[in-house]
Amino acid sequence: MIVEDAICSFCGCLCDDINVEVEEGKIKRVRHACRLGSSKILGHERIKAPMIRRGGELCMVSYQEAYDRAAEILLRAQKPLLYGWASTVCEAQKKGILLAEEVGGVLDSTATVCHGPSVIGIEEKGLPGATLGQVKNRADTIVFWGCNPAEAHPRHSLRYSSNVCGRFTPEGRAGRKIVVVDVRETRTSKNADKTVIIQPGTDYEVISALRMLVAGKGDVVPDEVGGVPKAELDGLAKTLLAARFGAVFFGLGITHSRGRYKNIDNALSLVTELNSHTKFVIMPMRGHYNVGGIGQVLAWSSGFPMSVDFTRNAPYFNPGETAACDLLAKADTDAALIIAADAASNFPRAAVEALAKIPVIQIDPYENPTTLISEVVIPSAIAGVEAEGTAYRMDGMALRMRKLVDTSYPSDEEILSHILESVHRLQRGLER
Amino acid sequence: MISGRTLAQGAGCECKMSPDFLKAVSLCHLSKGDYDALGLCEGKNVQLKNEFGQVVLAPKVDAGLRQGMVFIPMGPWANVLVGPDTGGCGTPQFKGIEVEVEATDASVLEIRDLFRGLRRAQT
Repeated sequence: MIVEDAICSFCGCLCDDINVEVEEGKIKRVRHACRLGSSKILGHERIKAPMIRRGGELCMVSYQEAYDRAAEILLRAQKPLLYGWASTVCEAQKKGILLAEEVGGVLDSTATVCHGPSVIGIEEKGLPGATLGQVKNRADTIVFWGCNPAEAHPRHSLRYSSNVCGRFTPEGRAGRKIVVVDVRETRTSKNADKTVIIQPGTDYEVISALRMLVAGKGDVVPDEVGGVPKAELDGLAKTLLAARFGAVFFGLGITHSRGRYKNIDNALSLVTELNSHTKFVIMPMRGHYNVGGIGQVLAWSSGFPMSVDFTRNAPYFNPGETAACDLLAKADTDAALIIAADAASNFPRAAVEALAKIPVIQIDPYENPTTLISEVVIPSAIAGVEAEGTAYRMDGMALRMRKLVDTSYPSDEEILSHILESVHRLQRGLER
Repeated sequence: MISGRTLAQGAGCECKMSPDFLKAVSLCHLSKGDYDALGLCEGKNVQLKNEFGQVVLAPKVDAGLRQGMVFIPMGPWANVLVGPDTGGCGTPQFKGIEVEVEATDASVLEIRDLFRGLRRAQT
């Protein structure tokens, strides 16, 4: 059987033209997907059964035992952290928020080690955005700033941006100006008309200089900014101003560097300034396929897009205090549920060491470093491959992920529902 | 030091316990100039060190890097060198980190060894 036009569940591109060949209930071949998507959809060795750590070793148990132990850990904790959520569907995220409210915990997503600063910057300034379809059909000038889609979002250029032919962009790559701004040359810069190499940690200054040049106040710009001669920046400003429809895509090059959310705030101001002269949009290159979704689901249910503390009477959001790495650094959490993310690999070492000191519950299809420090491990179906649900593309479009194959593993949503049931049962027991 | 995505890192990131992921991620990209200046050759590794930790990685020449800059594919090896401070915004600084780099004959730690001994005592 061939499943046509399936949606890839790797990155925020959510490519929706994937053909998946299924034989005897197993995925045999994946067509149209990039190397990253194929690897994800084809899958590999799974965690076989739920496990609880006893005497230092993970021992197989029943799902019910694992649910009960997870519920006990979450209820016993003063301030459990429920972290991850980027590689699962919105229906599971919704259930997770309910669980966080019920046990009185903090729910945070992988955005906080990724585009969290973008989320904060956008909250400050608003996002002059567009759909990827608008960029495909209209953009004649595209800037990739601090991002390398050729390696992180390999089909972005072919489906949505630099190289695709659209309704008003029939020449595709030949009809577009492509600019890359980065601290190094990358695979993406090989496809650019112009690459501007800046000194690391100077994004804010370079963006400020461009704002001045675009606003016609170039006289205040020094001869060199961020290692880039003023004449080169002036040329870049002219390229941006000459656009009829421009798009800026930005990545972790500016969210992870000195300045963090202020870099994003400044980039949004640059795009606002450009919109006084021509049409320009800007978009973060979201990494995990549904990291956008957890932001949306949290925002509509709690009012905040990430790092939401449900231990008070009302949802509370203060990144720097309620984000996962901050909670761990200050030993301000005493248990963690890690779902659809691998915190042990992606957090700074000190945060991982802090995580290893508290009881950890892991919900994931695969063994990874988080498994090594977990007390309870619950294997799940792969959302977007073995379980259906909704996901948000990097431009905020909600798309429906289909189930491509059957599985005996429960979905994230089912696992969370069962843990919630165990929590309720334990709470009733405590009341008696 | 900057850390970030690569194709091989992305292809292996759902399969982190495999030898392929180790090969794809425990790398230190550096310029040809720095590679030569450090006296590196086949079989030699590099040790990177800063106030947050130290880690041994396999060197890889990257023509896209300027001298004085190293790139490590994102993951647990790179994160040994990343500090926990989030500057009040929740996000650690994964890029633009000062590190000292030197040649070493020491081996790259396997993924399980990287996490060995971290877990809390059983309660």
